[in-house]
Amino acid sequence: MSAASQSAHVADHEEDVKGHGDQSGHGSFKGYVTGFVLSIILTAIPFWLVMGDVLGNDRLTGLVIMGFAVMQIVVHMVYFLHMNTKSEGGWTILALIFTLTLVVITLTGSVWVMYHLNTNMMPMTPASLHQHAH
Amino acid sequence: MASHSLTLAKDGEAPSFYMEEDHHPEGGTMLGFWIYLMSDCLIFAALFATYAVLGRNYAAGPSPKDLFDLPLVALNTSMLLFSSITYGFAMLEMANGKQARMQLWLGVTGLFGLAFIGLELYEFAHLIHEGAGPQRSAFLSSFFTLVGTHGLHVTLGLVWLIVLMVQTEKKGLIPENQRRLQCLSMFWHFLDVIWIGVFTFVYLMGVLQ
Repeated sequence: MSAASQSAHVADHEEDVKGHGDQSGHGSFKGYVTGFVLSIILTAIPFWLVMGDVLGNDRLTGLVIMGFAVMQIVVHMVYFLHMNTKSEGGWTILALIFTLTLVVITLTGSVWVMYHLNTNMMPMTPASLHQHAH
Repeated sequence: MASHSLTLAKDGEAPSFYMEEDHHPEGGTMLGFWIYLMSDCLIFAALFATYAVLGRNYAAGPSPKDLFDLPLVALNTSMLLFSSITYGFAMLEMANGKQARMQLWLGVTGLFGLAFIGLELYEFAHLIHEGAGPQRSAFLSSFFTLVGTHGLHVTLGLVWLIVLMVQTEKKGLIPENQRRLQCLSMFWHFLDVIWIGVFTFVYLMGVLQ
């Protein structure tokens, strides 16, 4: 790499960082309203599904409302938190991906381990004996 | 890399491995605050995991189906959602440099936040009055811890909001205040994201069981 192309690269990067610094702070009116309307819809549907018992199947309803929650979280991230792959030179998205990995490990790990512990230990604890007696 | 420093050395300059210009200080704060939010996210992940594990240990006490009042939760959810968009409007006014209108939207945001906290405290008081306090069962302990931690965050967000409104009133929309308001914006929207998890996973799925 020659010195000239290196300095051009640095200037490029500078412009990149500045441009995104300005962008990341505040969205547009249209963006906020879009996010808000989508959020209202994605909140109303799960409440309707559960309160009206529309699907008639609790397991299916649970999966569907979790899908809606994930969609709404993405909507909030994009329209309210102005997440994109380029803000802060990609570091915010990297931090987010790392955190989500930890969150998934924490949640699935806990549920998985404790489910098996519960299954194995069930007849041993007084509380579950009590439950079994019912 | 070797050829790189060789080229520079040939030109008679010392090789430089970092940029000497100031590197966009506001960006640094925003990234730092984002990383704080991610660590906060891990706190909530731990509390969600606790609730997932203990959420069905009723100790022969009341279950979510007996306790949760979904219309109240829906109302609460809409309060937080409204506060999110009004904060967004405040940020847009800030970008336009309209301080008075920004303060107005921040005030509206604060009122929605206050309504949210009020409804949550009403719900908690109601549950405790019914004998379904945090000490009743593992389910209720983990419920109060998770939802209470979120409520505490919103309460501190309100304190922060009021402090920033006073500061902006005194010093105007100086860059420091703009930066602080942007941090609070991220904090506020982040709490709304956590609430999506709470109302779906705790309230709606709780009633489904």
